[in-house]
Amino acid sequence: MDWVLSHLDDIGNLTVTHIVLCVPAIVIGFVVSVPLGYAASKSSLARGVLLTLGNVLYTIPGIALVVLVPVTLGIPLLNPVNVTIALLIYAVAIMVRSAADAFVSVSGDVKQSATAQGYSASQRFWRVELPLAGPVLLAGVRVVSVSTISLATVGALVGIPSLGTFFTDAFQRNFALEAVVGLVLVLLLAAVFDLLLSLVGRALMPWTRGTRLSAGAAKALSQPVPAGVGDVAGPGGRL
Amino acid sequence: MLFLDAIDWILDPEHWREVNFGPGIGEELVAHLWLTLLSVLAVAVVALPVGLYIGHTGRGRGVAVVLANVVRAVPTLGLLALLFIALPLGLGPAVFVFLLLGVPPLLAGAYAGLESVDRQTIDAARAMGFTEWQVLLRVELPLAAPLILGGLRSTVLQVIASVTLISNFGLNSLGDFILGGLASQDYPQVVAGSLLVTALALLVDGLLALVERAAAPRGVSRGDGRTTARSRRVRTAPTGAPIAEGN
Repeated sequence: MDWVLSHLDDIGNLTVTHIVLCVPAIVIGFVVSVPLGYAASKSSLARGVLLTLGNVLYTIPGIALVVLVPVTLGIPLLNPVNVTIALLIYAVAIMVRSAADAFVSVSGDVKQSATAQGYSASQRFWRVELPLAGPVLLAGVRVVSVSTISLATVGALVGIPSLGTFFTDAFQRNFALEAVVGLVLVLLLAAVFDLLLSLVGRALMPWTRGTRLSAGAAKALSQPVPAGVGDVAGPGGRL
Repeated sequence: MLFLDAIDWILDPEHWREVNFGPGIGEELVAHLWLTLLSVLAVAVVALPVGLYIGHTGRGRGVAVVLANVVRAVPTLGLLALLFIALPLGLGPAVFVFLLLGVPPLLAGAYAGLESVDRQTIDAARAMGFTEWQVLLRVELPLAAPLILGGLRSTVLQVIASVTLISNFGLNSLGDFILGGLASQDYPQVVAGSLLVTALALLVDGLLALVERAAAPRGVSRGDGRTTARSRRVRTAPTGAPIAEGN
């Protein structure tokens, strides 16, 4: 306990560093995945290409990706941006599939009704398809958020600071408490992000309040994520 | 060009025998695969019976979903660090961590696979006098095989990726080249290690994808556990309320 109190500065700094690594990956990953997922829901060719590419990228182990990203892009190896880009790649690999499922889950009758009422293609997307795909998109981004926060710790092995630094440091000093503190912080951060996302979802989609998850959202949530680095049950990926 | 240097590094026969007076690519590869194999076997022993039980009976599904979500949030590196501080370095503790991390995908594949089997097919098997064990072994298991193998594939990839991290704790794996190279600032070696791990993961994933594809019994549309005969019938069925059986 003394250690925790005397290291509050480190805890605060590394938590902030960790958040800075993760948030851009989650947000940009979402913004990039929605149009890609929409395209995948419209054409089976796009679906095949995007999902296969996602699977291949997701297969690359985390620490290898953290090394291969800077080498490919010509960035210095110890730049924290490498971790964020690697996390972004995983986020998109997971999220495109959820987004495609989300748009497929919008009922064809509803889409035809919108067209019949005179909605243009873009009006239909913004006012009908996107809101109705919302709950499944939210389920997808929650999976991405949890696995991103967990995965970001791998950067510590390469020397890029994050909450993972507590793990490498704890092992070097043979100090279990520090590893426990790191684990608790990662789990707490994941829980806080998850809570925030669900609050944002409630605010943006008031009609889902108090109702049970749609079948699509429930399915997306219960699906395992394809294997990759740190995280497990994948984005329904291969199942 | 770092990539070309890395490929030269991999192609250097000397590096397959020995790297910086330590194990070479061959030995690290064998160590990596051996730890992966032990861990996946341990996962299978736990996850298959439990997953089949959940899928066959429908009991305990909620617990399995919650477990999968919690495990997803746990960082592998943290779990390994804590375990190797608490326990002596060795294959046993390592297999234990990879067991925890590897169970959820195979477990999910097993119960999702059984759940995907058409209820009418199972009822038909029972009506024909199959015992519960026969239903499980001769009907559900073959029909669920592609999804179960899909789960196994996710587990194997999860373990292969996680085994890379074990190098930080003193056991051998392909991760040694990455971490050793970083320590000695030998960047071609770092990139070579990353390429080797990536190639191993992609290769194993590709092989398992082929196995998964080959596992679908004939007459079953790939992966959804339904017989093609039935899906064909559903497609051509006239619209309208189906006649409820037994009424």
